[in-house]
Amino acid sequence: MAKELLKGNVAFAEAAVRYGLEAYFGYPITPQSEALEHLSGRMVELGRVFLQAESEVAAVNMVYGAASAGVRVMTSTSGPGFALMAEGLSYIAGSEVPAVFVNMMRGGPGLGNIQPSQADYFFMTKTAGHGDFHPLVLAPASIQELIDMMGLAFELAEKYRTLVYIAGDGSLGQMMESAELPPMQPLREKRPDWAVIGCEGRDPNIITSLYLGAKNLEAVNIRLQKKLAEIKQNETRWKEYETEDAEILLVAYGTVGRICTSVVRESRKQGLKIGLLRPQTLWPFPDTRIRELAAQVKAILVSEMSAGQMLEDVERTAQGQCPVKFYGRLGGVVPLTDEILSETRKLVREVA
Amino acid sequence: MSIEVKIPDEMELVYEYPDALTEVSSHYCPGCTHGIVHRLVAEVIDELGIREKTIGVAPVGCAVLAYKYIKTDFVEAAHGRALAMATGIKRVNPDKIVFTYQGDGDLAAIGTAETVHAANRGELLTTVFINNAIYGMTGGQMAPTTLPGMITTSSPTGRDVITAGYPIKMSEILAQTTGAVYITRESATNLGAIRKTKKAIKRAFMAQIAGLGYACVEVVSTCCTNWNMDPWEAMKWAEENMTEYFPLGTFKMTDEVKALQVR
Ligand SMILES: Cc1ncc(C[n+]2csc(CCOP(=O)(O)OP(=O)(O)O)c2C)c(N)n1
Repeated sequence: MAKELLKGNVAFAEAAVRYGLEAYFGYPITPQSEALEHLSGRMVELGRVFLQAESEVAAVNMVYGAASAGVRVMTSTSGPGFALMAEGLSYIAGSEVPAVFVNMMRGGPGLGNIQPSQADYFFMTKTAGHGDFHPLVLAPASIQELIDMMGLAFELAEKYRTLVYIAGDGSLGQMMESAELPPMQPLREKRPDWAVIGCEGRDPNIITSLYLGAKNLEAVNIRLQKKLAEIKQNETRWKEYETEDAEILLVAYGTVGRICTSVVRESRKQGLKIGLLRPQTLWPFPDTRIRELAAQVKAILVSEMSAGQMLEDVERTAQGQCPVKFYGRLGGVVPLTDEILSETRKLVREVA
Repeated sequence: MSIEVKIPDEMELVYEYPDALTEVSSHYCPGCTHGIVHRLVAEVIDELGIREKTIGVAPVGCAVLAYKYIKTDFVEAAHGRALAMATGIKRVNPDKIVFTYQGDGDLAAIGTAETVHAANRGELLTTVFINNAIYGMTGGQMAPTTLPGMITTSSPTGRDVITAGYPIKMSEILAQTTGAVYITRESATNLGAIRKTKKAIKRAFMAQIAGLGYACVEVVSTCCTNWNMDPWEAMKWAEENMTEYFPLGTFKMTDEVKALQVR
């Protein structure tokens, strides 16, 4: 396939189609509506399921239903809509059905604005839904990575029967760049054997998150935690840039992670030993590697479009081995390369 | 626990467990009408021969464990979201039969939006809606269908319509939606009514099988435990009081649904 100029929201929607998306349920919200619009045409054209729901509450429960029936299903939204989905996310986690969610984060709290933000980090990695569970959270930094992660998201969701979120932001959804879409893949022919499709020739399948009795539920919780540990073991992903001899480590994900690659390039030109670790999974978080690097570098600078959310995970994993500083922009402001570069230089002087 | 019954040779079997009803004793309170309606659903599923192609959606409410009793594939939805979940299931299984079984808190309070929109889209779904005028599972609080003046654990001096508003008439509302093809209110409070209810449930399933549109059978029911009545008294009370505010009858039936031969 050749490279084309693609808008982020259209790119992930079309990538999902080509990776075998069978059903999409969603509700319009900026800055991700182009995905829903694209799928409203494409899915119908291909004889697949598209439905504009009456709310995100309905959308997540439609996803839950279709996932229970064992099809490849997703929705996409932004903060306010994702918040409405929280109860459904928890049910999906408890029932262990695979489903994929894209959150193109926008400024908050409340209605906030429609500018890019990373302020849903806590919500996506730790708090979206009641009860003990973690989703797998992928964080793309370019449209190509967004496309590739759609395929990975379905694969991981189905492999572990779990929730996978893609943590994008408004700029990733709205910008255009050249990227390559995957070729059209055939739809899966067979539904998984746990799916609810009618009990012909077998005992009924039940999809539920209800386990009466404390000991029963505890056993389920322990099993879920084992699965999460396995995900942590196998699926932690990150990218490193110039970390071998780094004295200052930048940690940033998504759009800010990408900006930080420019910061590294610029600072290296200026002879500064700066490296970058860009988490590609926010949960599981690259704890072990950050811990190792924290022992090697003089200081860490975390940068986010938030007041410092991933910062808490970096502090936790660095375990006090080196100072951890933060530079963030809020309200939908995207930090510029120069801003982060000057923060980095300041830190170089401080630790010299 | 399965129940072993040995029938003497000289006796004829005239009444038995439907195939679609699992042989276990239920968790429902003695005298609860959920059990009656579960049985009706199971009988209808058997008579239509659809057990192996039916998917049930259980609510949050006393019927949360419906899947332990009705022997089809089942999911357990979040409170009020049964029809959204059922929509997801049906859209990707268009050749299967999907039904929801919901209480009044589930369908008419927390899930009103999902209910009205599923009906209005004309989803090919069947709903069995148990209206017992109370939140049974959580201990007898006021429901959207609690009658004016009725005492509950959260309306201790009786439902005050000035502050709590009036009971919601869901069948009347659903009958206004374009996508609904069959909306009826029946009852489970006497034998004649139960027979009619079964016929209505059967028609509602047949409407789905025929691809006609959304169908909902509301069943005026009792909750003797939370009404603080014995079962018989509760039946009488429902007949005298509930059906006055919630008149029985069919609120919408298209010609195609009317033409279905329901036996
Ligand atoms: C989001 C949410 N809110 C509240 C509850 C608690 N809850 C469980 S069942 C129920 C009411 C059920 O009443 P109804 O639907 O009338 O069914 P019944 O138990 O009477 O059969 C409530 C409020 C819940 N499980 N989830």
